[in-house]
Amino acid sequence: MSELTYTEIDATVLNTLTPPKRAYWLTVAALAAGILIGLSCWIYQIFVGIGVGGQNNPVGWGTYLINFVFWVGIAHSGTLISAILYLFRAGWRNPIARAAETMTVFAVCTAGLFPLIHLGRVWLVYYMLPYPNQRYLWPNFQSPLVFDLVAISTYLTVSSLFWFTGMLPDLAAARDRAAGWRRRFYKILSLGWTGEHEQWRHYTRGYLFFAALATPLVISVHSVVSWDFALAVVPGWHSTIFAPYFVAGAIHSGLAMVLTLMIPLRAIFDYKRIITDDVLENVAKTIIFTGLIVGFAYATEYFIAWYSHNEIEIESFRWRALGDYSLEFWIMVVCNSLVPLLFFFKKYRRSTPWLFGISILINVGMWFERFVIIVGGPAHDFIPHAWGLYTPSAVEMGIMLGTFCLFFFLFLLFVKHLPSVSMTEMKETLEKGSAHGS
Amino acid sequence: MKKAQEHTAPKKYGMVIDLDKCTGCGACMAACMAENNVPFREDETDKNLSITWLRVYKLTNGKKFPNADVCYLPRPCMHCEGHHGHSPCVSVCPATATDYSYDTGIVSQIYTRCFGCRYCMAACPYHVRYFNWWDPVWPEGMEKMLSPNVSVRTRGVVEKCSFCFHRYQIAMEKVRYEGRAELAEDEYQTACTQACPANAITFGDLNNHDHAVYKLKTHPDAFRLLERLGTNPKVYYISSREWVRRQGDNYLENEGKVVAKAH
Repeated sequence: MSELTYTEIDATVLNTLTPPKRAYWLTVAALAAGILIGLSCWIYQIFVGIGVGGQNNPVGWGTYLINFVFWVGIAHSGTLISAILYLFRAGWRNPIARAAETMTVFAVCTAGLFPLIHLGRVWLVYYMLPYPNQRYLWPNFQSPLVFDLVAISTYLTVSSLFWFTGMLPDLAAARDRAAGWRRRFYKILSLGWTGEHEQWRHYTRGYLFFAALATPLVISVHSVVSWDFALAVVPGWHSTIFAPYFVAGAIHSGLAMVLTLMIPLRAIFDYKRIITDDVLENVAKTIIFTGLIVGFAYATEYFIAWYSHNEIEIESFRWRALGDYSLEFWIMVVCNSLVPLLFFFKKYRRSTPWLFGISILINVGMWFERFVIIVGGPAHDFIPHAWGLYTPSAVEMGIMLGTFCLFFFLFLLFVKHLPSVSMTEMKETLEKGSAHGS
Repeated sequence: MKKAQEHTAPKKYGMVIDLDKCTGCGACMAACMAENNVPFREDETDKNLSITWLRVYKLTNGKKFPNADVCYLPRPCMHCEGHHGHSPCVSVCPATATDYSYDTGIVSQIYTRCFGCRYCMAACPYHVRYFNWWDPVWPEGMEKMLSPNVSVRTRGVVEKCSFCFHRYQIAMEKVRYEGRAELAEDEYQTACTQACPANAITFGDLNNHDHAVYKLKTHPDAFRLLERLGTNPKVYYISSREWVRRQGDNYLENEGKVVAKAH
């Protein structure tokens, strides 16, 4: 990184904020159309009933909660990169920290929509809140869904504050370079940043504290999400390994999503000197680690099912691998724990097409992991008479399309309107042995 | 009258179903649907989408003729007591829309409070809970036959067997009005109990020595569904056939006699 200069960093990053071309707006418009499709599907569902989806009596939880867990999972490695690796002084995270944290904020927003979409009567969702009322009715604080509400809203608050705080000096730099309405826009956002010594002192302290606050959330939020399942008695859900299993899976999928986003980003924005091959290689190495944990968790589930001598547990896991959803199960195993092993070879870690391809496969695999767990559990549990299968309907697919479009829509708006690489942190680490350099 | 109420022991309503008597006729299911205003659809072919508070399951011993045997098992809500009222569904409901009553032992479902997250459906190991995927529609004329004592449900809420709780409320009103202390056994019976032509279903207070269920639940052939899960259900089954009792839970081949443990 040492060949870069301060000016070059500023120029590369701020040049991305020049008024976008026609192709950009066409893509944004296409994504907006996708969001509208999703929105109209949701409105249709609200007016007709959840019956427009494919959920049924044994499988009352379908793609809505699959996508909820998927997006919460994506969110996690953003914070891992921006907060945990910051505390560990892993300098290689600097070029991708901003974009990864942005991914976190938008992924949590997307995830937060799904419990609402899932509800039978979304207009009464305020029953979850402990508001005073004449009947002394309170939410049930024993319910993991109430834990979830607390965990997700805390996560959204902390990660967006962390994201915004970290961006302040860069917003000021953008302000100083901009003219017209853009200047006013960045002036409001940068909250009067002047770069005084005192401001830097508060900023670095604040950033450190937010990183320290966000770190436990990486572990806690997805643990809480996993308890939605682990605290119900359903075979395949009711397991003590769920919290670490879900956290590792979340980081696994999130790192893959980081690769999926960073590789086009650096190609389009000429970031090759900032987001170097070494950075991507480090992400790939971390993916090997999380992939091994996830693979170990799959094996542990089977070991415990066999070791328990519990007929229901054994049947549940036999059916997972060999039953109606065996295709989904094997997609999950191959994409999440076998394909990432390719990263053991340097050739694949350093090749951009391979990195991109494998990252897509892991995303697909992690989506199917949630499918296998959420649908596979209740579809085939205690009472054989109540067994049933689930297929997502067109309306559910429309809503899913809409939310994927929403995520990429927000991310596209971000990369052209806010500095997508932290110039501050890049400059801090230009010289070897500086603040938290590598 | 106040004093009389204070002396009443807490009730724990439960059911004992004699599977040797059950013929699988389905009269209980029909009675239940009519009594509780359970909605149905024109096309009921997909049973995974229909609502049946009480459903009759058919068990087979898996053997070939002449050893083949069949058993019909009516499955209402088990009204699990769990440990101190922590039944699987009650503990997961975020809105407190379902609750365990310590006065009656009935697991209630408050439709107006339910916002339809379906967590209770996923958590219930017996799958006794049903969701209103659409608004209920009755064929013309049939809406006039709806029972005024039971509220109809809107789309987006969960419903389930309530042990005909509205009948309990009506009976208790009468008891209080007359200033009596106790509700007699025959004053509160569920619709399925009364409809069963084979008298296979017995309903009453499991804590009351005078009620028939009190003795029946200690029958040597009594068992409960998924006994080992710790849900502590209040519906007992009786069957003289060992294979039926074994199917009630995941018993291993070489295990001893199957009995209900908590009485």
